[in-house]
Amino acid sequence: MSARGLGPVRSTLGWLEERAGLGGAIAPALDHPVPRSTASWWYVFGSATLALFVLQVVTGICLALVYVPSAEGAYQSLLYLNFQAPFGWFLRAVHFWGSNAMVAVMTLHMIQVFLWGAHKYPRELTWIVGVFLFLCTLGMAFTGQILRWDQDAYWGLGIGASIASRAPGVGDALVSLLLGGPIIAGRTLSRFFAVHVFLVPGILIGMIGLHIWLVLRIGINEWPMPGRVVTRETYRQRYEEEVHKDGVSFFPYAARKDMVACGVVVLAVVLCAVLFGPFGPHGVPDPTLIDTAPKPDFYFLALYALFALLPPWTETVVILVGPVLAIGALFLVPFIAGTGEKSWKRRPVAVLGVLVIVLTVTTLAGLGVAVPWSPQMEAWTAAATPVRYVKGRTPLELQGALVLQNKQCRTCHSLGGGGGRRGPALDGIATRQTRDQLIRQVLQGGGNMPAYGKNLSPAEVNALVAFMGTLRP
Amino acid sequence: MTPPSQSRRGFLFRLGIGLNVLGAALVGIPVVGYIFGPARRRTDGQSWIGLGPIGAFPAGETRLATYENPVRVPWDGATAKIACWVRHIKGERFQVFAVNCAHLGCPVRWFAQSRLFMCPCHGGAYYEDGSRASGPPPRGLFEYEYRVRDGALWVRGGQLPTLSRPV
Repeated sequence: MSARGLGPVRSTLGWLEERAGLGGAIAPALDHPVPRSTASWWYVFGSATLALFVLQVVTGICLALVYVPSAEGAYQSLLYLNFQAPFGWFLRAVHFWGSNAMVAVMTLHMIQVFLWGAHKYPRELTWIVGVFLFLCTLGMAFTGQILRWDQDAYWGLGIGASIASRAPGVGDALVSLLLGGPIIAGRTLSRFFAVHVFLVPGILIGMIGLHIWLVLRIGINEWPMPGRVVTRETYRQRYEEEVHKDGVSFFPYAARKDMVACGVVVLAVVLCAVLFGPFGPHGVPDPTLIDTAPKPDFYFLALYALFALLPPWTETVVILVGPVLAIGALFLVPFIAGTGEKSWKRRPVAVLGVLVIVLTVTTLAGLGVAVPWSPQMEAWTAAATPVRYVKGRTPLELQGALVLQNKQCRTCHSLGGGGGRRGPALDGIATRQTRDQLIRQVLQGGGNMPAYGKNLSPAEVNALVAFMGTLRP
Repeated sequence: MTPPSQSRRGFLFRLGIGLNVLGAALVGIPVVGYIFGPARRRTDGQSWIGLGPIGAFPAGETRLATYENPVRVPWDGATAKIACWVRHIKGERFQVFAVNCAHLGCPVRWFAQSRLFMCPCHGGAYYEDGSRASGPPPRGLFEYEYRVRDGALWVRGGQLPTLSRPV
């Protein structure tokens, strides 16, 4: 376009600027000098998270145009979105993959700022607001999962209510508050809709504003150098000097990489949405259809696994005290280590802490995918008995093989790799237990196995043990 | 000169604060009551619910029964329905269990062959009488109060059973 063609645009912008003054207000934020070292690919995760948040807001508003927040109609409206509304499937898919990406990228952002020592003086409040943002986003993830009003949502609420009910004294009140009534039903969904669509997003927008304001006011964390210790007396002066001497203006020098990163994450979400499509809704939320194995979305798999693996007697304490300690620790980080070395090269405890947390969470989440503790409900009819275990066996032993199958031992015990993993695999059991030990174990149970004494006739026990006596490598 | 505390300006300032505090309280108290109402309402919606003639539950067997929750709103849809396990021991002796696992509320399934209830979530298992057999549950299955009237089975229910308020 020629310079003359731009004339009307320029005069319109000028008219707007004279009245609104937005350019004058934003320019200092864009031009503010940042340390040259921060124009790095490691510093893009915050902006990328913000881009994903904007994507969630846009797609979320679109979904709300069609979604019916009623227990009766929600499921149907999701199917309508998936199959009938133009691009409904795409918007649902982007919203789902966007939520996954937002949790993931935000976690990266949190790990990065922690390892780079950005929580130290004078950025303690920025970190604390960030922890609030993290918790709010996880809250959005959980409530969003509920709005996908399917079997997982219904029973996920059951899990939430069961956890809340363990709070001493107020458990019952908490459950009613969470559900909005005595059972998981219409009022529950309306409640979660309001929280997901109005309450938490409102808090998030305010907190994001505060977070960015703090970053602008105090300045972005410089690239930490080993040996450059943070002290309350000298830090700010040194930072100002560095920015003054060797700073670049945020826009466009540092913003370029942020812009690329924002584009990349949004495109990645769009790609996932197109490739994998929307997620669910799965089974209809009819509580009388109980042949279902509810599972949370990936961000809560680690918790889900933890509940299966904790010794039962520790569970209530861990459920109630664990989150308080974990969240409390996050808030206290800048007060415990608010000054001193910033570089991860001089902070072995911090690095080790991050590694331990990441390994623990990913291991637990991996177990949450594999669910070795869940009974294989179909194994007794679906898993074949390996040929080598029945070939050349006596009638009594073959009878025992049938008992093992029909009494559903394989719900928890595998044979030739098929069956549950709750109990030990039975291949080679004859080398580990004597006949008497096997009889005792079957009749009395123990070690996390139910007792089958009332449920098996002496003849069945005899045959079963005879069969197990042949199970050798 | 009048001191600021007695001036017209001081009065208006205090009046402004006072009116706003009053307004906030008049709106705020009902808002808090509205939000926390469900938590405060202790009148439990428990009532007797018919599960049908006892002929539908053969003696010695455990069957799934369903009912509509007595406390409901018209837009509950299918979620107003609740399932429970009915174990007919013999004669008029029954046990009626909530489907919700005592661990974290997932729906337990009945396996007649091994005479166990098993939970798909974290592997809790219960014997046919509802007592805990293995796994993480801290107690046996939640059991409804029941009675038999004129050949029909009735249970007392109306809320999600949890550890803090078992059935």
